[in-house]
Amino acid sequence: MSKTHVTCTVNGEETEFLCDSNQTVLDVLREDLGLTGSKEGCGSGDCGACSVLVDGRLVCSCLMFGSEAEGTSITTIEGIADGENLHPVQSQFLKHAALQCGFCTPGLIVATKALLDANPSPTDEEARYWLAGNLCRCTGYDKIMNAVHAAAAELRGESA
Amino acid sequence: MNDSVAGIGARVLRREDFRFIKGRGKYVDDMVLPRQTYAAIVRSPHAHATINSIDSSAASAMPGVVKILTATDFEAFGGVPCGWLVNSQNGDPMVEPKHPILAEGKVRHVGDPIAVVIANTRGQARDAADAVEVDYSALPAVVSMRQAIDNPPAAVHDDAANNVCYDWAIGDKAEVDAAFASAAHVTRLEFTNNRVSPNAMEPRCAIGDYDTSNGDYTLYTTSQNPHVIRLLMGAFVLSIPEHKLRVYSPDVGGGFGSKIYHYAEEAIVTVAAKVLGRPVKWTSDRTEAFISDAHGRDHVTTAELAMDADGKFLGLRCDTLANMGAYLSTFAPCVPTYLHATLLAGQYKTPLIYCNVKAVFTNTVPVDAYRGAGRPEATYLLERVIDKAAREMKLDPAEIRRRNFIQPEDFPYQTPVALVYDIGDYEATLAAALKASDWDGFAARKAEAKSRGKLRGIGLSCYIEACGIAPSAVVGSLGARAGLYEAATIRVNPTGSISVLTGSHSHGQGHETTFAQVVAEQLGQPIDNIDIVHGDTARIPFGMGTYGSRSIAVGGTAIVKAVDKIIAKGKKIAAHLMEASADDVVFENGMFKVAGTDKEIDFGSVALTAYVPHNYPLDEIEPGLEETAFYDPANFTFPAGSYVCEVEIDPETGVVEVCSMHASDDFGEIINPMIVEGQVHGGLVQGIGQALLEQAVYDDNGQLLTASYNDYTMPRADDMPNFTVDHQITACTHNPLGVKGCGEAGAIGSPPAVINAIVDALGEYGVEHIEMPATPRKVWRAIHSAKN
Repeated sequence: MSKTHVTCTVNGEETEFLCDSNQTVLDVLREDLGLTGSKEGCGSGDCGACSVLVDGRLVCSCLMFGSEAEGTSITTIEGIADGENLHPVQSQFLKHAALQCGFCTPGLIVATKALLDANPSPTDEEARYWLAGNLCRCTGYDKIMNAVHAAAAELRGESA
Repeated sequence: MNDSVAGIGARVLRREDFRFIKGRGKYVDDMVLPRQTYAAIVRSPHAHATINSIDSSAASAMPGVVKILTATDFEAFGGVPCGWLVNSQNGDPMVEPKHPILAEGKVRHVGDPIAVVIANTRGQARDAADAVEVDYSALPAVVSMRQAIDNPPAAVHDDAANNVCYDWAIGDKAEVDAAFASAAHVTRLEFTNNRVSPNAMEPRCAIGDYDTSNGDYTLYTTSQNPHVIRLLMGAFVLSIPEHKLRVYSPDVGGGFGSKIYHYAEEAIVTVAAKVLGRPVKWTSDRTEAFISDAHGRDHVTTAELAMDADGKFLGLRCDTLANMGAYLSTFAPCVPTYLHATLLAGQYKTPLIYCNVKAVFTNTVPVDAYRGAGRPEATYLLERVIDKAAREMKLDPAEIRRRNFIQPEDFPYQTPVALVYDIGDYEATLAAALKASDWDGFAARKAEAKSRGKLRGIGLSCYIEACGIAPSAVVGSLGARAGLYEAATIRVNPTGSISVLTGSHSHGQGHETTFAQVVAEQLGQPIDNIDIVHGDTARIPFGMGTYGSRSIAVGGTAIVKAVDKIIAKGKKIAAHLMEASADDVVFENGMFKVAGTDKEIDFGSVALTAYVPHNYPLDEIEPGLEETAFYDPANFTFPAGSYVCEVEIDPETGVVEVCSMHASDDFGEIINPMIVEGQVHGGLVQGIGQALLEQAVYDDNGQLLTASYNDYTMPRADDMPNFTVDHQITACTHNPLGVKGCGEAGAIGSPPAVINAIVDALGEYGVEHIEMPATPRKVWRAIHSAKN
């Protein structure tokens, strides 16, 4: 089977890869690029564990073929922090203990960043609907919502 | 608490989260071994069928295929073992059919593994698995438990007459019947405790590796208890001695019970790795998880409660059918018996209890322990029948419970169903829950909701749990085929840093933080000097793992016992250095001191001396500072609490909204309140999910209709409110930390609170019960059938 040559930007770095026609972006990230932070929880776009940003848009990377990534800019959990400086969403997830087993966490952090990029002041209802695509079996979402609102406030400059 | 060391009681940030928030967790599927191959499993599409033939010739010729294995390749090995023997009331042992690694001539549930295709990529393996041709003759499927025993369409196993695995009972039926005969009132309830799928977000994964140079096997697996897997798979399935088999479970993405058990796939990749001489990885996809991970609950029960005229409980009589599925999973037989019927006293002084449990084989996925394991079923039974009784006797739901509570002065309390509760204060948690939920102000909220056209209801549930299953001698007499202790090693390194090797396993619970807090407190050392090591049989002495909310009570105590040995040895070293008697040396805040003097020496200096023993009592003690303890508890621990739920129902649609849930728990002493809150929150949502959303549904042919997230309703962020929780504390009397465990309470206490609230909201329609999950359809029908 011939492979497709793809050039794109991943976490700010120009990246080339060869992929099979049946490989998803998630497969490429995990298997070919060694970026294992994005997870496969269902493979059908229902759990959000594989969430990445593609040209700033929130995408389930298990639903996008690797060959479709040509020319795009992809941000994964590994590209959310600024070097060793955590993004406010990450630091507030940490501060509020908004994770337990950690498996859904990369997807939730990426999805929360996308939410706050689009809506800096979400109501609780808006935040819950936005994050309804990300399943978490451990936390009951309680501390996640606290972290989301704290991150929103921090990004608005309202608290440290 | 010593603030400088972030010890017991501090809200220390979870140390494991620093890697998870960056996507740097290391889960099994993240691992890629050199020359790794990928396994895909051919699974039965039939619930019950004979296998006439398997033709893998086309699949073998497909690109990248390395090997195809079927049952004949596993003939030399044992079946997947069961870890608990339950005897029927007539003394016969349970029927324990072989659970083959790959189906031998017959498949018994949709998802039963038949063949394994191994290829160079995951895609190649899956494509080739689709090309394996299996010729079946379908057999009638056994799905309904009642039908399975009364009018069986088929035998799931030839040696299980009427598909009964065991017929077990506890209590004196004649005495209980007599109590019912003299009762002023009897309340009866028939219900199903719905079957659910655990759904840890990380699907199971296993990698087998074999070193041809020395015959060493390594199994990387998503397990809650790697040593248990090494023992079960090594000793009972593959005959690999422990020293040649390493089992490693690194970061594991949730378990909730479903990753306790030894699964066939672990044996498959281990065997295949040796056959191929290459590592073999298998990763479940989500649908495979639904049809191969052990399910939970699935009881059909009749419960009767006998009372005097004042609502005092005289007796409880229960009859339960418990679904085992097609094969006996590792701990399945003990769940409806020793983890369910023995909990039926609850928080109450019910003097006489009888429970009959028939375990039934069906052509469905095996059922085993799922968060709470038997205790949610027991709590649901009791708290629903008591709520119905209160309604029938026109008593306040809190009042009927109060009249029957075991009182603080009654402890230790021997229940009529074997357990001895060491301590508790059920009035305290009830009072806290009623106050926090403004129980007394509910009428105004109900009236306000009614003005908006909504039906508002309030529900109460008082649960008890038994954690840290023990002692080994007792569980052994009840049929456990393992001990239930825990092990820990404290390794003080030469420069004073500390490695804690624990047999408990963390897959979300935050042990790397909680256990470090315990050691920091006890040794007076900064938490940053302490690492918690878990999950690797090559590094940990031994361990029984994590389940049943046992880790802090059993694993934590093993750590304390090992720390005690470190301190005892440290005192001898310090006494030598300070030229004092060891009996005069005390250890406080990280310093060894000679009592009544100003002589002292710090922990680090003692550690260094132990490894550089130039001035050392070598005639008295050995060099080094490393101690191991095994701890076998004296009793279970008994967390308890009261939960209050408020719901609003839209009578036009039947949609139930959970408006609030308050949890008042007594977990004994709390090490990290922030982590404990998170454990409660997660349990609450799993319990609310069971009550409102979740059910594993089989059709009459044994097809699982809910085998994807499009069909199985998981709780999502927009389904839930935030919660309020509080902790009342009575310290456990038989472990040094006074801890009880907190992992399952939320899932135990919440389902009856939710259903009680719904029944309360529907009171004006005369609805007495609604089955879980209380979907909009069921609620709407209950309202409209009552109207008509």
